[in-house]
Amino acid sequence: MPAAAQIRTIQAKGDFSSMNESATHSAIETVIRQSYGQIIAYLAARSGDVAGAEDALSDAFLAALRRWPVDGVPDKPEAWLLRAARNRLIDSARHDQVRLRSSEYLQQIAEEAQTMATTLDSFPDERLKLLFVCAHPAIDVAARTPLMLQTVLGIDAARIASAFLISPKAMSQRLVRAKTKIRDAAIPFRVPEPQEWSERFSFVLDATYAAYTAGWESGSDSSSTHGALAEEAIVLGRVLVSLMPSEPEAHGLLALMLHCQARRKARHTTEGFYIPLDRQDTSRWSWPLMQEAEEHLRLAASFNCMGRFQLEAAIQSVHARRAVTRETDWQAIALLYEGLVRIAPLIGSLVGRAVALAQAGDPAAGLGALDAIPPGRIATYQPYWAARGHLLHLLHRNDEARKAWEYAAGLTDDPALRRYLTERIIELADGCR
Amino acid sequence: MKYMLIFHGSKADFDRRTDPKKGPIFWSEFMAYVHAIQNAGVVIAGAGLEIPENGKIVRVRDGSSQVQDGPYAETKESLAGFLLIEVPSLEVALDWAKKSPWATHATVEVRGILPPGDVRAPILPA
Repeated sequence: MPAAAQIRTIQAKGDFSSMNESATHSAIETVIRQSYGQIIAYLAARSGDVAGAEDALSDAFLAALRRWPVDGVPDKPEAWLLRAARNRLIDSARHDQVRLRSSEYLQQIAEEAQTMATTLDSFPDERLKLLFVCAHPAIDVAARTPLMLQTVLGIDAARIASAFLISPKAMSQRLVRAKTKIRDAAIPFRVPEPQEWSERFSFVLDATYAAYTAGWESGSDSSSTHGALAEEAIVLGRVLVSLMPSEPEAHGLLALMLHCQARRKARHTTEGFYIPLDRQDTSRWSWPLMQEAEEHLRLAASFNCMGRFQLEAAIQSVHARRAVTRETDWQAIALLYEGLVRIAPLIGSLVGRAVALAQAGDPAAGLGALDAIPPGRIATYQPYWAARGHLLHLLHRNDEARKAWEYAAGLTDDPALRRYLTERIIELADGCR
Repeated sequence: MKYMLIFHGSKADFDRRTDPKKGPIFWSEFMAYVHAIQNAGVVIAGAGLEIPENGKIVRVRDGSSQVQDGPYAETKESLAGFLLIEVPSLEVALDWAKKSPWATHATVEVRGILPPGDVRAPILPA
């Protein structure tokens, strides 16, 4: 059971004195937020068993909820919990000889427990290894992001499931399968070798970004789990940056997410209607988030090693400048997209480039760029049709524009965006009469 | 794999279709969806249904047929339409269900179609 859910269960039982209740809970909440991933990573890196580590930590939380109200919250709650979880792992290893025959492992844990007892101040941060395990090529792509959210941030499966719009049961199964795979295939808890680094690292970045986009796409309801997941993705991005401060793409990814997040409040009217980026009220953008984004973009640039996420963040940075200059430098955006499609010719970048060309003053060139995208990739890609409608409209080809917008409206699952497109279609139809 | 997307709706959902203000937007959105899903080449068949009050209920008992006016049952929701689609997986079928404007205010049920080898399966045009 995930720790947060476990605590709620205990709270419901109310079986401890109310005196220290709030101190206990706030201490535990703090530990969950700050150290959950570190404790799981530390334990799993030694046992190779993520699920076992989670169970042990849950037991440690239970023990804490029993002991702390009586004994007081320890000075170093993380160390206390780690020791309790470790004792529990040793117990279960003794009982479960089938799964863990290795006496070497027990020996190792016993020795480390000894060291721990004398130092107790800190333990090594193994979260980087855990992240690489979560995004390991042997793990199903669909499981990587949920696995990171659960093991590194301690988010429970039900919440992850609702953000990914699948049933909690299906999500639990997906997570259990992945953890079994990690244990049975003995996926090593290690940082990849230099020759495999860039590919393996890109999997970690992709899985982190997937958490953000899952939280972003249905952003019209900001109180939804989707919206909350976007914030968790940013927390994950900050963890990545802190663990890999000299990876420019980690900074680039964080900058990209922060720039997008800065505009969260400006994306919809108070009634929930969609507002396109170039018509958003810049006073509703978040300055602190934009500044943080710019700082990471500057840091990334200092490494002189361009990458996909830095370019995407740079494009968002140009958009952000409109808050000061009152206009968008589409020439600059078109150039950045040019670089982006060379590094990663993803369909999103190809469409973005076409729009930038059109906005920079050449809608015919933009339409040409859209026409050049292989037809197999566009049939159900919503942004392509929205862009195509926009470009055709700029070229006064309104009948075709209406058709393209109609496809775009039919392909979105965001009601606010659907309504926006439908209103544009109705406007166009009225204009033709 | 074949799935049926089944559109269920309450009286308010049916009313929306003919509402002078909401109706045009509803139909614009819904037809955009229908064109998009047809364009994707996954639709085998589909139809929208008249309000349940316009339906007739037929039963044959002891050799004589009885015909009554609808609705079939006093339920809060009834069938408003369906799309029969063929897609690679349930995930894709669910994606199409999510994209339908019907899902944002009413309910879309996704049901698998019995395999052709099953004696209970209906015979469908290829």
